[in-house]
Amino acid sequence: MPEITMVEAVRQAMKEEMERDETVVVLGEDVGEYGGAFKATEGLFQQFGEYRVIDTPISESVIVGVALGMAIIGFRPVAEIQFADFITCGFDMIVNQTATLRYRTAGDMHAPMVIRAPSAAGVHGGLYHSQSPEAWFAHTPGIKVVVPSTAYDAKGLLKAAIRDEDPVVFFEPKYLYRRAKDEVPEQEFVVPLGKAKLLQEGGDVTVVTYGSMAPLCRNAVKTLEEEEDLSIELIDLRTIMPLDKDLIYESAKKTNRVVLVYEDHKTLGIGAEIAALLADELFEYLDAPIARVASPDTHIPYSPPLEEFYLPKKEDVIAAVHRVIEY
Amino acid sequence: MAVKTYPKEKLLKLYHDLLLTRQFEQRLSILYRQGKIVGGLYLSRGQEAIPVATCQHLRKDDFISPVHRDLGAFLVKGMDPGVLMAQILAKQTGPSKGKDSFLHAGSKELGIIPPTSILASTIPIAAGVAFGFKIRGEDRVAVSYFGEGGSNRGDFHEGLNFAGLHKPPLVLICENNKYAYSTPVEKEMAICCVAYRAESYGFEGLIVDGNDALAVYDTMEYAVNKAREGGGPTLIECMTYRISGHSEHDEAKYQPPEEKEIWKRRDPIENFRKYLTDRGQLDESEDQRIQTQIAQTLDKAVAFAEQSPYPPPEDALRHVFANEEPKYGDRHHI
Ligand SMILES: Cc1ncc(C[n+]2csc(CCOP(=O)(O)OP(=O)(O)O)c2C)c(N)n1
Repeated sequence: MPEITMVEAVRQAMKEEMERDETVVVLGEDVGEYGGAFKATEGLFQQFGEYRVIDTPISESVIVGVALGMAIIGFRPVAEIQFADFITCGFDMIVNQTATLRYRTAGDMHAPMVIRAPSAAGVHGGLYHSQSPEAWFAHTPGIKVVVPSTAYDAKGLLKAAIRDEDPVVFFEPKYLYRRAKDEVPEQEFVVPLGKAKLLQEGGDVTVVTYGSMAPLCRNAVKTLEEEEDLSIELIDLRTIMPLDKDLIYESAKKTNRVVLVYEDHKTLGIGAEIAALLADELFEYLDAPIARVASPDTHIPYSPPLEEFYLPKKEDVIAAVHRVIEY
Repeated sequence: MAVKTYPKEKLLKLYHDLLLTRQFEQRLSILYRQGKIVGGLYLSRGQEAIPVATCQHLRKDDFISPVHRDLGAFLVKGMDPGVLMAQILAKQTGPSKGKDSFLHAGSKELGIIPPTSILASTIPIAAGVAFGFKIRGEDRVAVSYFGEGGSNRGDFHEGLNFAGLHKPPLVLICENNKYAYSTPVEKEMAICCVAYRAESYGFEGLIVDGNDALAVYDTMEYAVNKAREGGGPTLIECMTYRISGHSEHDEAKYQPPEEKEIWKRRDPIENFRKYLTDRGQLDESEDQRIQTQIAQTLDKAVAFAEQSPYPPPEDALRHVFANEEPKYGDRHHI
């Protein structure tokens, strides 16, 4: 199996889906001849032409709104927002227009479309090229939210998202675009939405993570197992909404201790929801309070020492695991 | 018709500011290649006349709302070159103290609204500043800069509509450099000129050669005077060209070489130098004196920025709210 990067996996997913289904179109700023700011759409314009790989003006409400209009009449648009931070400029189109369509037409219309956006920090992008906006969308009924952490998952999940009948917001952690490299089969495959992945089994503590924090957690878990003889169960959510409660519950019932790790700001992030669910539905199985490792509730700073301070670290994960064990 | 004449010191100041801007950016380019700039670098080579010439007419108490290709505006508006350099190198001594990147620096004292990356968001904000000046009866103006690409966003249209309604002292400067990242202007809008859009919001739109420093200077003089005298907003579209890539990491293969060559010959600084020397306003030794002075300023600025410390890591938590007491959730490790 060839090893590819996450950005190449994203590109392959779009290419294959466009070949498979001629209603799939790609649109966004600079996605055409230029191939996208991160080169995720490279070559698609040359292969499929200007009516399937559509360069748009700088207008995020147009990108999402046009995608929605096309979706209503039978296309499957894949819209690119150049950086996740600019998704705010199309927020109304996503939250009020797209997410509600099926509901407000009582199922008469729906919007099978994907909104892709490079998200998260770690590349000195500064305040406006670093945010992790998944919680904003997970809070909105009617849209699915995906954040892959490997090239394999990125490809399989994006293909599933394109085939899905509902709008999917697909965040690609840009820090991993060229750093996450793995073997991806050449044969057709999809990774179903809404299913988390058990990265490894363990008995002492469950660590739940996703996106940019998944490689960091793998690393922390490795250290804990090698140096302290602990056995950790590691779960990569992959889809934030709908959340794979079954896998999280199953694991929490087994280990009785849970650490939640995510890059977004801590308060009201994805971890808050999972902790509330566990407290509500699994209280009697828990031997320790649920720990959250996330970023502080500050903006994402630019200068290297500030950004480094801001981002959760391997040591934070290790400390949280100790905390739930020693409780 | 009488030919307009300009006081020599104004011409030489304009020349100095243009050169300072270009040479500042040349230093940045070197620092970037040395890996001393950790984020992106967006240069204005070939377009310097627009921010530099327009800002000549502004007072310290006027406000500007610049964007990513307006380095010159920061300098003319009075930001210390060392402080600006420190901002770009992510140091503690920059206006954002390392919080934000590149030109995302502001100053209340100098009347500079810090840019963000959200294109065209500057327009309603500058309209608000101008509206405030108007309702307080002040003769100050606000100037908003943006690219033709950004003018396709809703914020542009909503801001212009508001400006048309209330006629505040606002000058809108569109830097039409023919490209928005890789996308040529023909793929962004169906009309040739952003200036046409002004009329539909009820005010004047003008078009000027953005590579002709004096033409920009004159047009701005008209718009600023009009704004100060209660004549309302003006949109000035400066026609120019982006000589380099969108940013230093963009090779810009999409820009036809012939097109670039034509515009290189229209270099605003070279042409202005020629204008000055042809009219005996600048001789070799004066030019040399200005160049040396700029080189010294920039040596000092780079040294200041390089010697400045990075911010202390915990500063990442500061300046979120007025009350800086640690808040719930402000630490990831408890
Ligand atoms: C709302 C928003 N969408 C997308 C971007 C990404 N982006 C940054 S600069 C740029 C091109 C800007 O073109 P233009 O406004 O013409 O200014 P220029 O860079 O040509 O000076 C794009 C698409 C952004 N910063 N903000």
